[in-house]
Amino acid sequence: MNEVNNTIYSINGPVVKAADTRDFSMLEMVYVGNKRLIGEVIGVTDKFTTIQVYEDTAGLKIGEPIESTGQPVCATLGPGIISNIFDGIERPLRDMTKLNGAFVAEGNALFSLDTEKQYDVTVTVKIGDKLKGGDIYCTCPETALITHKCMLSPNVSGEVTFAAENGKYCVNDTIIKLKLADGTEMPLTMVQKWPIKKARPMAKRLPINRPLITGQRVIDTIIPIAKGGTAAIPGGFGTGKTMTQHQLAKWCDADIIVYIGCGERGNEMTQVLEEFGELIDPKSNRPLTDRTVLIANTSNMPVAAREASIYTGITLAEYYRDMGYHIAIMADSTSRWAEALREISGRLEEMPAEEGFPAYLPSRLSEFYERAGYVENLNGTEGSVTIIGAVSPQGSDFSEPVTQNTKRFVRCFWALDKSLAYARHYPAIDWNQSYSEYIEDLSDYYNKNVDADFMSLRQEISNILQEETKLMEIVKLIGADVLPDDQKLAIETARVVRVGFLQQNAYHKDDTYVPLEKQMLMMRVIVELYHQSLDALKNGVMLSDILALGLFDKAVKMKYDIPNDKLEMFDDYLKEIEEKIGALSV
Amino acid sequence: MSLQYVGLKDINGPLVALEGVSGVAYDEIARIRLNDGTERIGRVVELEGDKAILQVFEGTNGISLENTRTIFSGKPLEIPLATEMLGRVFSGAGKPIDGLGDVFPEKMGDVNGKSLNPVARQYPRNYIHTGISSIDALMTLIRGQKLPIFSGSGLSHNKLAVQIVKQAKLTGEGSGDFAIVFAAMGVQNDVANYFRKSFEETGASERVCMFLNLSSDPIIERLLTPLCALTAAEYLAFEKNMHILVIMTDMTSYAEALREFSSSKGEIPGRKGYPGYLYSNLAALYERAGVIEGSTGSVTQIPILTMPNDDITHPIPDLTAYITEGQIVFDRELDQRGVYPGLSVLLSLSRLMKDGIGEGYTRADHAAVSNQLFAAYAKVQDARSLASVIGEEELSDADRAYMRFGRLFEDNFLNQGFDENRSMDETLDLGWDLLCSLPKNELDRIDEKLLDEKYDPERAARFLENTAPASEDTE
Repeated sequence: MNEVNNTIYSINGPVVKAADTRDFSMLEMVYVGNKRLIGEVIGVTDKFTTIQVYEDTAGLKIGEPIESTGQPVCATLGPGIISNIFDGIERPLRDMTKLNGAFVAEGNALFSLDTEKQYDVTVTVKIGDKLKGGDIYCTCPETALITHKCMLSPNVSGEVTFAAENGKYCVNDTIIKLKLADGTEMPLTMVQKWPIKKARPMAKRLPINRPLITGQRVIDTIIPIAKGGTAAIPGGFGTGKTMTQHQLAKWCDADIIVYIGCGERGNEMTQVLEEFGELIDPKSNRPLTDRTVLIANTSNMPVAAREASIYTGITLAEYYRDMGYHIAIMADSTSRWAEALREISGRLEEMPAEEGFPAYLPSRLSEFYERAGYVENLNGTEGSVTIIGAVSPQGSDFSEPVTQNTKRFVRCFWALDKSLAYARHYPAIDWNQSYSEYIEDLSDYYNKNVDADFMSLRQEISNILQEETKLMEIVKLIGADVLPDDQKLAIETARVVRVGFLQQNAYHKDDTYVPLEKQMLMMRVIVELYHQSLDALKNGVMLSDILALGLFDKAVKMKYDIPNDKLEMFDDYLKEIEEKIGALSV
Repeated sequence: MSLQYVGLKDINGPLVALEGVSGVAYDEIARIRLNDGTERIGRVVELEGDKAILQVFEGTNGISLENTRTIFSGKPLEIPLATEMLGRVFSGAGKPIDGLGDVFPEKMGDVNGKSLNPVARQYPRNYIHTGISSIDALMTLIRGQKLPIFSGSGLSHNKLAVQIVKQAKLTGEGSGDFAIVFAAMGVQNDVANYFRKSFEETGASERVCMFLNLSSDPIIERLLTPLCALTAAEYLAFEKNMHILVIMTDMTSYAEALREFSSSKGEIPGRKGYPGYLYSNLAALYERAGVIEGSTGSVTQIPILTMPNDDITHPIPDLTAYITEGQIVFDRELDQRGVYPGLSVLLSLSRLMKDGIGEGYTRADHAAVSNQLFAAYAKVQDARSLASVIGEEELSDADRAYMRFGRLFEDNFLNQGFDENRSMDETLDLGWDLLCSLPKNELDRIDEKLLDEKYDPERAARFLENTAPASEDTE
């Protein structure tokens, strides 16, 4: 844009500098070199302007031009985002394979959205309407599940002077024209841009009191997360972070999933692409891809774009939130993002804080997690963004900086435990180390919408687990045989809770997603079994006689034996428990 | 480009600096000609104004500020690629060192490679048969996977690598086009000879392409070794449609070379002095495994690394395992007890296994057997730790059954001969033999129907009869 001849002065990995210029502003997007690689200005001093380049810098030469754009790095927002797959700076990876083949090439300033696809547009405003930021001016079906609503950019307002007829349009066609306050006329297409590092404005934050229902028992009942909440999943390698994220992405009751593969394995992204295309959402009978956006910046793709991928993802999520949808973001993994910050920081020779991470790591993390929330939008609709970030602690040590700093900014912590994973206890969420601060906010919802006893049942289950943890200390020293019968009963019940309730089989057709109602009934059976047995013990019945009834083993298998649509079978279980144990006491 | 720059500004470890250069590209290759007529190769690693910093692959021995002339090539490092690379031996920088002359190139390949677009990948399915029970049954190697071996100094990882090369084969379609690319980084002379000799003896050498960087060779060349090997592998796999297994040993030496290079460049160190970009750097290697659309070949990687002080939380194994799709871990205690290969089953894992086994690939009951073996062996550890406190006599019957299962499992399933190539059926049947030694109600990971069909305590008894003497001795 500007006719200034700024050139490259130095190159060090993804960091490029220009000397003696005052043309650039902070966080501005620039084109670097003859190949026009995309970069962002991250430092401006009297002498040097520092630029991080989002693409591979091999082959760049000193003296090649740097071109200013006058804009920050923006996400392109419009129909065609859902079921697409982008890289860290929102370039469409599918289109890139058509252009460059299997390997990623540099200098592709591809438009993020499909410009040729026609959408069935319904224009919702008419000439003379006065619109303000966030107001919806047209809608179109984007996928079978999602209706896209085009909104005024938050800082634009004016009067409609032209409105197109309903009909088929491409994303870059003009839909309406606005007369702005200064009298100029502004044509609006179905596309808008928004800087990725700036949170999209909202009217106000609303209290958080609805759960994000995931169908995963250990999460929904023991350590629940709310819509608009934040959660971290830390875990060493092999503990099932990615698996847990996949399960949540498949089954949680958000309208849209933004899945950010940040510095992770390429094959995992391929797996998501394949699996989500085949999996059918039970509620809508459509493939899960119809509600999923993928952002894939795998570990071998340029590191600066990895840093951007998190921001791109959350910007897309906020955009759909503004339409009144509930979005869940899976960020896998935020540690790789933090490492990207560290890598760039190292190249800039900044003073490192803990373990080489830059001192601004905590503030970047908090900025990211604070973009979650349950909000009232500018146009009056309600929407939410829930962030679920995986953390990959170095050496599985939760005391490292990324885990510790993340812990300060999230309210839900699902700690994955190695020893559970080795015992093939999945999901390997350790109930002792994990916590959720949302329990109180959500108890009303559970008690009203599932069952009035839900929270008290939950408490009983937690107590049994607590009791077991205490008893296991003793068992480790002297063995289980010497314990009195009531303590043995607690251990046996806890086994049922662990194996029959907490363990969940992602590959079993009924067990992969369990409705809240069934979760509650399962808890009820376990708690009932425990109480009845305890009463029987008090009446002098031997524990071995109770165990011989086979009820405990039956309870372990009820997750498989009772299909999700035959919940009335639980009544038989409860009756059987009462009859069989009652018969012993007589 | 015949412009020659005379002399240097600075020499620091493997790095040299030149001043007054122009038109030089980042990552470009230069030839540095010494006055005695020898030539070395350098790569541009940093550019600032008219100053360029080069890393010299062959090291800076004998280079002075005055005795050099540097010629920039204008290109990144490329190596000649051809199918006839199989059966040949190259240096870490891709030069033939077996005395058979240059390779006639079908194509020149940039060693840096490009990152693979995730959309163009195909999810890896179908497996590679290694003939090693523990790997085939419990941590199955899938075509297109990267599955590292974590070992320690003095353990038998080299022996295992040779056995894998010797026995590895594909089943089903396309099994003919299978070859191995072997990259040795910083290995001792006798270890390199061991590999060479073993490949020759077993007749594997004509389907092996070797890249050797010995521990006495310069470290910068060590950084190139896996790049050259993977470039060759990608060529053979994606353009010649072959299935390539890449074995890289020892990744610890590679990471240490990277640390040495980084510190001589004056970079800010991350954990344990390794550069902050160690993760990205390793990922750039490991992610070059895979299967892509439009090609029937595949690149499978088995990187081998020795864990410093057997510490799996050390940055090298830690970061590796975060990138790779699982890991195979050696256990020193088992190894010392004479179990070969002494693998720690509970720490080992193959992430891609679940989609590459079972009906149509291995055998329908594979998943059930391997899950149950894992779960049972995990319980063995509990029983053992309890036994160490209260004594084996005090254990319950079930725990005692697990103790016995543990011994049988280690001595007969894990343990196998260097020349023993077990078929998938043999391996899985052996698994059933062992599982049948446990009470039926303990086998809770197996479907009732399958269990009824296969469970037979007699089976364990028959098995024990045949192997009893050996297992009694070992306790």
